[in-house]
Amino acid sequence: MSRRYDSRTTIFSPEGRLYQVEYAMEAIGNAGSAIGILATDGVVLVGEKKVTSKLLQTSKSTEKMYKIDDHLACAVAGIMSDANILINTARVQAQRYTFSYQEPMPVEQLVQSLCDTKQGYTQFGGLRPFGVSFLFAGWDKNFGFQLYMSDPSGNYGGWKAAAIGANNQAAQSMLKQDYKEDITREEAVALALKVLSKTMDSTSLTAEKLELAEIFLLPSGDVKYQVCLPEALSKLLVKSGVTQPTPESS
Amino acid sequence: MECVFGLVGDGFALIAADTSAVHSILVHKSNEDKIMILDSHKLLGASGEGGDRVQFTEYIQKNVHLYQFRNGIPLTTAAAANFTRGELAIALRKNPYFVNILLAGYDKDIGPSLYHIDYIATLHKIEKGAFGYGSYFSLSMMDRHYHSRMSLEEAIDLADKCIMEIRSRLVVAPPNFVIKIVDKDGAREYAWRESIKDAGVATA
Repeated sequence: MSRRYDSRTTIFSPEGRLYQVEYAMEAIGNAGSAIGILATDGVVLVGEKKVTSKLLQTSKSTEKMYKIDDHLACAVAGIMSDANILINTARVQAQRYTFSYQEPMPVEQLVQSLCDTKQGYTQFGGLRPFGVSFLFAGWDKNFGFQLYMSDPSGNYGGWKAAAIGANNQAAQSMLKQDYKEDITREEAVALALKVLSKTMDSTSLTAEKLELAEIFLLPSGDVKYQVCLPEALSKLLVKSGVTQPTPESS
Repeated sequence: MECVFGLVGDGFALIAADTSAVHSILVHKSNEDKIMILDSHKLLGASGEGGDRVQFTEYIQKNVHLYQFRNGIPLTTAAAANFTRGELAIALRKNPYFVNILLAGYDKDIGPSLYHIDYIATLHKIEKGAFGYGSYFSLSMMDRHYHSRMSLEEAIDLADKCIMEIRSRLVVAPPNFVIKIVDKDGAREYAWRESIKDAGVATA
């Protein structure tokens, strides 16, 4: 291995690889996983929370899901502090677009813009890449509901179902088997929970270890980003057969 | 003494502008086209200081094209109008452009629309509007005769009435006008109204 090419982000190794970018992806492979599924009537994002402690103020902080604009949200896997910087950048880019055009920024344009930022850190400046992968979920009037995945290299793709973080390859192959084209939002939630329960390391899935968010259209035509409350999430877990219902205490 | 006016009809929008290029007391040419075709379904009629008019409208046109090349989709008329207003607003407190603009467009989902943008970056979405000294006459004519969802024939007739009024009542009235329309089939030149023809001058 050519270790002497590791420390500089901005040069290729003799084999034509960017080691810093690859190491960043390694860091993400140890982080809590996230799954996104594109349904006919919305997009579903599910994330595994690594920090679970009774002392954590869950109502005031989300670990995996963030709203970028009214019509756009993302799930995060990787180094949280890096993610915060990029999420802020994405929010500014979305508002800057709306300031110029008085319209919501099309989803792919935002993803592209953020990925251009990430790419800069692999080519110049001498700074390390961001150790974050994103799943972007949103709606715009050109292409409806969309799901995008992006990684530290600045590459991105549009997906019907995607997984990032720990065990993402196992999750991705499970999604490939069970995803069907005309899946509804409800079915997508059940599928995401099922896949996550199979690929997560922990033995039992409870609502405290998960975050679930959905993007869909209200009857008024506005886009809604909704994070599932813990009680509702527990019920969903029981309904999809992932956890057993708590036994009645006599 | 530049005149630009426009209106929205049934499934189309129309812009008419005079075609004199004037410097002080001299008429350089009388077939200057001041209505730019911004993209396939947008028209930009501009009046104002000579250099600014061309410079600013070409800048907007190239940015609209760049957006389409980058993103694969055209800007909506509203987005283009707001972008234009934004550029005027940014320049206003540095080096302002003295250009007044009527922006007409057709969007598949909302139909025709017309935007009135003045040189200090005021933006209004309107059904009929006008700039210049000619506006005193064309606005009055349109107030009298305009109704919503006019047919193309009715709208052209109204435009001709306005042109007649400008020609007869404005002291240094421009002799020639061009009329362009935009509808679901795109933006295009409709007609010229010439009372003086330049002899043997190639059109720009």
